[in-house]
Amino acid sequence: MVYEVVVGDKAGGKPHRLELEETAGGWECRLDGQPVHIDALIPRRDVLSLLVDGRAYEIKREQTATDLHLWVGSTRFAVELRDPRSLRSRQKAAGDEKGPRKILAPMPGRVVRLLVAENSSVEVGQGIVVVEAMKMQNEIKSPKKGIVKKISATAGAAVNPGDVLAIVE
Amino acid sequence: MFKKILIANRGEIAVRVIGACREMGIATVAVYSDVDRAALHVRKSDEAYPIGPAPAAESYLRMDKILDVAKRSGAEAIHPGYGFLSENAKFAQACADAGVKFIGPTPHAMEMMGSKTRARQEMARAGVPLVPGTARGLASTEEGEEVAKRIGYPVMLKAAAGGGGKGMRLVHTRQELRSALESARNEAQRSFGDSEIYIEKAIVDPRHIEMQVLADEHGNTVWLGERECSIQRRHQKVLEEAPSPIVDAGLRRRMGEVAVRVAKAANYTNAGTVEFLVDRQKNFYFLEMNTRLQVEHPVTELTTGFDLVHLQIRVAAGEKLPFAQCDVEMRGHAIECRIYAEDPDNNYFPSPGKITVLLQPSGPGIRRDSGIYEGWNVPMDYDPLLAKLIGYGTDRQQAIMRLERALYEYFVAGIKTNISLFQRILRDADFQAGKLDTGYLDRLLAKANAAIASSAPERDIKALEKIAVIAAGMFAVLDPASPVGKNGGTGGTSSAGPASLPSNWKQKGRSEGLR
Repeated sequence: MVYEVVVGDKAGGKPHRLELEETAGGWECRLDGQPVHIDALIPRRDVLSLLVDGRAYEIKREQTATDLHLWVGSTRFAVELRDPRSLRSRQKAAGDEKGPRKILAPMPGRVVRLLVAENSSVEVGQGIVVVEAMKMQNEIKSPKKGIVKKISATAGAAVNPGDVLAIVE
Repeated sequence: MFKKILIANRGEIAVRVIGACREMGIATVAVYSDVDRAALHVRKSDEAYPIGPAPAAESYLRMDKILDVAKRSGAEAIHPGYGFLSENAKFAQACADAGVKFIGPTPHAMEMMGSKTRARQEMARAGVPLVPGTARGLASTEEGEEVAKRIGYPVMLKAAAGGGGKGMRLVHTRQELRSALESARNEAQRSFGDSEIYIEKAIVDPRHIEMQVLADEHGNTVWLGERECSIQRRHQKVLEEAPSPIVDAGLRRRMGEVAVRVAKAANYTNAGTVEFLVDRQKNFYFLEMNTRLQVEHPVTELTTGFDLVHLQIRVAAGEKLPFAQCDVEMRGHAIECRIYAEDPDNNYFPSPGKITVLLQPSGPGIRRDSGIYEGWNVPMDYDPLLAKLIGYGTDRQQAIMRLERALYEYFVAGIKTNISLFQRILRDADFQAGKLDTGYLDRLLAKANAAIASSAPERDIKALEKIAVIAAGMFAVLDPASPVGKNGGTGGTSSAGPASLPSNWKQKGRSEGLR
């Protein structure tokens, strides 16, 4: 398998190239072209025990509907993993500025109100809808500048994480 | 002693009280709303009854339904926990009328402490030190200006019926006073249905230190040491410790004696907490009395050796306090972290949802009071407090080290939590030096996030980043059942399929090819 992996919250960070190949004794790993001697096992779901040249790491995976973080010890990294052979990954890598972006509910809650109308233009970071959970109101913001093509959220409706609230193009 | 107790609460505190009852050989009755059928407190209790829909006003705040369950189940007493009905004098009275013992103070004491202006008047009479200001609501803006001039700016406007920071305004100059008073009145009216506002001198960068008291129904009242609660955000406590880094034996005794005087002035019974503001010169002023068990009671339990819930139940059953003031000794140091379902990457907004992975720490010097389990869906309808992690050591330094170790082991996935915030606080130089005030946490959060996210130097971060890259790939190849490829912010869609997962077509093709 060959992956492109971006670490950090900034979009457009330089991807690392990771090659993993299963062998009789385990996995052969090359990171950015350099061989790395590793041993890995999953003792339970979302936990990885990784030995790298004798150094032991426990990595934990935190996954929500909208993003992925890995904890290496007590340091937390935002991680994005792409398969360079996949068309969608290539599109993503080409930049999120192009094409429509779906705005997903990051948590379960209730839509309190809509802040923009369909076909209005929005800036990066502008609030699109307000979702309430645990007595707090959370403004869900636009990830890009563009036109609000569609609003699927309706005021008063319950939403689940990953539900599409709106599409900005 | 009671044979059966109803716990009119949910979450970690209900689990905590149920545990204490089991230890004392008392049967327990849980109540739950529609979304809490699978909650831990329902699983742990001996009996459990539904009391209505998710909104608290239709379930956990319904006195009639709760008293009906008490009657049907034969519970002799009700433990209210904290929040919900715990400081509701009407509920305490309704319990008394129904012949069920309310485990807490009398309705009379709760009423006196429930109104901040009335409490101030009573405490002034009892000779308790108060922040200079008015003991009653302001009649007019002119009166406000007059009082502010006398006590000196800055002043704080507060709602008489207040709590949680609602109706509070800090005013620096006379020009700001009128509009601040108006908006405070409006907010107080909206939040509490009562627009009474009083005025106090604002203590700059105060500490918030509180004293635990306990009184039986035979006239014995003791203090059990202080808790430092200065680390707050949006007027909510986040981390508490006992003892306070600035309180010595002399100050502790003086605060304790004032707290006992406060309790006696209110004819207080059962467990309660007297809150003080402490200024830079270590002058302390009565703020309010909380007429319930506090969230942060474990730090007092660890440093005094007493079980406050056991004692609450024994006092409510009519027993005398089994010890005197001279038997109370504080030993060691305890720090509590409130683990909230909140997203540290999104301004600490609530993050309810399903807990997919839960790894919980234990071991020497670690206490965990928790209301959650792996696979449980944290409902969006209630307070985001999930659990409390408490570290205990022979001294503050050891308590900090043990907590850091336990936080390192603590892992919750599926929902976001504020665990990383505590790693930042515990490593912070000001926290380690005990330099705390109520503005501490806002200042810490204002510092650049990334720079403090880890104490590791830049070079180590780079090395760990490589580990994260390898781990991301290894998760994808070893644990493809979980969708690693589905990520990358709001652009991800379920139809795209994880990069690491073979598509259904591909899988189909392979399996058919094997035939």
